[in-house]
Amino acid sequence: MSSQNGGPLLEAEHVFKYFPIKRGILIQREVAQVHAVDDVSLEVRRGETLGLVGESGCGKSTLGRCFVRLFPLTDGRIVFDGQDISKLSRRGMRPLRRELQIVFQDPYASLNPRKRVGSIVGAPLAIHGIGDRRERKRQVQELLEKVGLSPEHYNRFPHEFSGGQRQRIGVARALALRPKLVIADEPVSALDVSIQAQVINLLADLQEDFELTYVFIAHDLGVVRHVSDRIAVMYLGKIVELSPAEELYERPIMPYTEALLSAVPIPDPRESAGRERIVLEGDVPSPINPPSGCRFHPRCRYATEICSQLEPPLVDYGNGHLAACHHPLNVDKETLARATVDDRRTPAEADEAAKPTEPAQRAR
Amino acid sequence: MATFIVRRVLWLVVVLFAVSVLVFLIFFATPGVDPARQMAGRNPTAETIKNIKHEFGLDRPLPVQYGLMMKHIFVSRDLISYGSHTKVIPEILSAAPVTLSLVFGAAVIWIVFSILTGLAAAVFRGTVIDPLLMILALIGISIPVFWLGEVVNLVTQSRLHGFFLFSWVPPLGYTPFTQDPLLWFEGLVFPWLTLSVLYIGFYARVLRANLIETENEDYVRTARAKGISERRVLLRHTLRTSMITFVSLFGLDFGVLVGGGALLTEVVFGLPGVGLLTYHSLTSLDLPVIMTTVIYGAFFITLASALVDLVYAWLDPRVRPA
Amino acid sequence: MAEPLLEVRDLKVSFRTEDGIVRAVDGISFTVDEGEVVGIVGESGSGKSVTMMSVMRLITDPNVIYQGEILYKGRNLMQVSRDAMREVRGEEIAMIFQDPMTSLNPVYTVGWQIEEQLNEHYDLKKGQARRRASELLAQVGIPRPEQRIDDYPHQFSGGMRQRVMIALALSCNPDLLIADEPTTALDVTIQAQILELIKDLRRDFGSAVVLITHDLGVVADIADRILVMYAGRIVEEGNKEQIFYDPQHPYTWGLLGSIARLDRPKARRLTAIAGQPPSLINRPKGCSFRPRCPQAFDRCRAEDPQLTVKVGDGHLDACHLSVEDKRARRDATISPELADTA
Ligand SMILES: Nc1ncnc2c1ncn2[C@@H]1O[C@H](COP(=O)(O)OP(=O)(O)O)[C@@H](O)[C@H]1O
Ligand SMILES: Nc1ncnc2c1ncn2[C@@H]1O[C@H](COP(=O)(O)OP(=O)(O)O)[C@@H](O)[C@H]1O
Ligand code: SF4
Ligand SMILES: [Mg+2]
Ligand SMILES: [Mg+2]
Repeated sequence: MSSQNGGPLLEAEHVFKYFPIKRGILIQREVAQVHAVDDVSLEVRRGETLGLVGESGCGKSTLGRCFVRLFPLTDGRIVFDGQDISKLSRRGMRPLRRELQIVFQDPYASLNPRKRVGSIVGAPLAIHGIGDRRERKRQVQELLEKVGLSPEHYNRFPHEFSGGQRQRIGVARALALRPKLVIADEPVSALDVSIQAQVINLLADLQEDFELTYVFIAHDLGVVRHVSDRIAVMYLGKIVELSPAEELYERPIMPYTEALLSAVPIPDPRESAGRERIVLEGDVPSPINPPSGCRFHPRCRYATEICSQLEPPLVDYGNGHLAACHHPLNVDKETLARATVDDRRTPAEADEAAKPTEPAQRAR
Repeated sequence: MATFIVRRVLWLVVVLFAVSVLVFLIFFATPGVDPARQMAGRNPTAETIKNIKHEFGLDRPLPVQYGLMMKHIFVSRDLISYGSHTKVIPEILSAAPVTLSLVFGAAVIWIVFSILTGLAAAVFRGTVIDPLLMILALIGISIPVFWLGEVVNLVTQSRLHGFFLFSWVPPLGYTPFTQDPLLWFEGLVFPWLTLSVLYIGFYARVLRANLIETENEDYVRTARAKGISERRVLLRHTLRTSMITFVSLFGLDFGVLVGGGALLTEVVFGLPGVGLLTYHSLTSLDLPVIMTTVIYGAFFITLASALVDLVYAWLDPRVRPA
Repeated sequence: MAEPLLEVRDLKVSFRTEDGIVRAVDGISFTVDEGEVVGIVGESGSGKSVTMMSVMRLITDPNVIYQGEILYKGRNLMQVSRDAMREVRGEEIAMIFQDPMTSLNPVYTVGWQIEEQLNEHYDLKKGQARRRASELLAQVGIPRPEQRIDDYPHQFSGGMRQRVMIALALSCNPDLLIADEPTTALDVTIQAQILELIKDLRRDFGSAVVLITHDLGVVADIADRILVMYAGRIVEEGNKEQIFYDPQHPYTWGLLGSIARLDRPKARRLTAIAGQPPSLINRPKGCSFRPRCPQAFDRCRAEDPQLTVKVGDGHLDACHLSVEDKRARRDATISPELADTA
């Protein structure tokens, strides 16, 4: 298959990732499973930034790691650039590692404190045997400049840098091999807002320079909206809404998205005071025993009986806006009538006949 | 908690089994070694060797040999040392109380003094007391036990024995507690002190480092923000969490010492403990005794590590099974 | 006007280090009135925590040097005895910290930790302390408090632990609650919960609150007055309206411009503040913000701007630009898209 085709860069089909929980006397038995990623189908288009949002523990990082095959999938298929990578061995993955890179959240823990910046950033080059020592040094210094550090930083240690600068080092390392797809796993969550802005701008510049495709993971919809072309909202291992960025923010369909949006603080006291705030009760339930039906129902203010009984299918409301909810918000009767169930992406467990018939009623 | 304990006990059995098999294989299945000859001690007669071969089934398959061996050790307890012509098990059983007396007493001393030293050093950080104590601790760690024991003996047994301070010290050797508690105590005072010096130094340093590290923990700051007294912050928060490392170290050292690791102290003070027994059996290559003491030692070490895990779970709720 | 609850006068806090003297807090003065919510905003390292830790006298580093006065209800806390200070802590002023994961002692149950504080400050019978602890847990929204009181911190989620910390802080009804980045380590949804909780509790308990954060969005809703700190100094101070609708200092503009805002059309680019905070050992000559300030001019290099009133009552800033210049230029930083279309 040609890699020049217009198809998506990466396609996930019904991806599952369960982590076993083991317990037992002497012999460890598997007693339960963490349903970290539970039947996710999603595509990442060439050159776009796909935002992935949701609260901690809902499986964003795990899904990101599934995309780059950092571990075997429990089930499902990942197609990267036309090639099915879900069954590839470690060896088979090796040439693809160059094209798939991750930037991690914690700028403190993700850099080896005993290594110099030069060898951290140059490690991927060395591992893949690219260039000789001199050539690699030149490339690394060039990269350091690209990410807004100076070539003189080559011989420094990570602890000499601030959080934002470390994140730049992490970005340089990810870009060393000129990847096609970069998974940015909460790259700014640990940084001050002023530094967040620097890193976000840097990522945007690099996307242009290197023709990158990003999957940008975060829990803050403000940041995600700013960087993303499309946004996928995750809740307890499932994609609950998928939409072009602007549309998601103007017209959230799934109540969870509405709540996430309303949790983002607004630096404008009058606006902030006038706004209806939906404070979600409690924490995300355990992904070991996820709630039945729609997983969000215990915390949802629109939930009715059906929500606890049937898992809602992913419904396509047009314009690439999909949502899984029995009581969609911000849709009129007409749109609802035109909407169709997305057979391809809907989880197998969900009831395809359960397409919503009524917009959401007033909140409880 | 119950399953946790059951699990640890089962684990203990498994480890002991593994150790005994390993020891057995080393002594009996090493190619080119004739275990019968080895067991028979120095200058055995052909008769003895034949007896041994028969008794331990050395002409039969390995698992049978192992079974017979274990039977001699644990069931009939009549394994014989051909070197000294005594039964091994009773010998170990009579040596064990000596070692236990020695190690228990020393442990009490080293726990008390190392905690005091470590606490004092941490509290007086920034003054001369801290480095002074730490240098003392370092000296304690560096002094060879054997040398220290000899010096102590020289002072208390001969040079200054006449001096009133040391005149009460009985001659070297061991008196069972059941026979004369006072003499038991008097005879052990200097062995205890000698053995504990190294550990006081080592534990004090470890504890100090831990205390200082814990001092920077956020929850210690929280405790202060609550308005708790410094003393209480130190004892209930800083020390309490620092004990977690302390205890795990202690358990292992204790196990090793009871298992025969106090050998040098026992030799210097002429205490007929397990260490001394091992020492003699090693010098005379007395195979049955070596093997049994190794198994005995392994037993105490694994037992101690099991106990450590329990205490650990008690000290640190995070490792407690749900 | 009545005397303020807390008045900090020209506080300077420095640390002796191998590299030289770190001037972490360099002469700041402010007040907190009874029942008032004051937000302290600034980047990491700007001295927010050191300031409020000094108020609590919680800095244990032996290399610390203090200067200035901290008057709490008229009493200089810098001078009171250790024992008197202990009574202030917890009972008068309480503090919650950034990382709920590490701020509770892992080896004691949450109930024990709340009871410990109650017993330290009040003469209570065992049952009483426990009952009060469980009431507090209920008050901060922990479900099934009677059972959860015997759980250990690791059995709670991050948000729930922060609630426990708040219960602990409120246990003796303090008059001043210091919250040092209480939501920075939490998800936005949990942040919203905690902020809501602090608002409710302030109403119920009537304590004054000092809320430290690096995100102006966090204080927009909750603070009455805001102090913006940069490199150990206050560079702008004013009430909420003044700071958000008439910000005077280019650093405040930068902080506002850095936020990816949901209430505005999507900006093409965020206006980040370039570079990093200056060294606190060798502070730049003139305005400390000058090396990062797009507005800087000659005078900024030569002269250190003082924090003074320039526009309105209680609105202070430390910047050499004239008020007209500021008002003309700031929109290009804070909301470039709006400025373009205007
Ligand atoms: N290696 C692992 N073993 C067991 N459980 C895991 C592992 N990695 C993640 N999990 C669990 O999977 C769930 C999803 O985790 P994660 O993908 O990290 O969420 P997020 O990135 O959205 O915060 C969580 O409940 C987490 O505890
Ligand atoms: N014990 C210390 N020794 C030396 N420098 C310190 C110490 N504590 C804080 N600092 C310095 O003081 C400055 C202010 O720190 P802090 O108040 O924690 O900042 P913030 O809370 O605003 O992020 C920082 O530059 C920090 O490095
Ligand atoms: S004084 Fe000058 S450098 Fe400082 S903030 Fe104002 S304009 Fe910028
Ligand atoms: Mg994650
Ligand atoms: Mg701080």
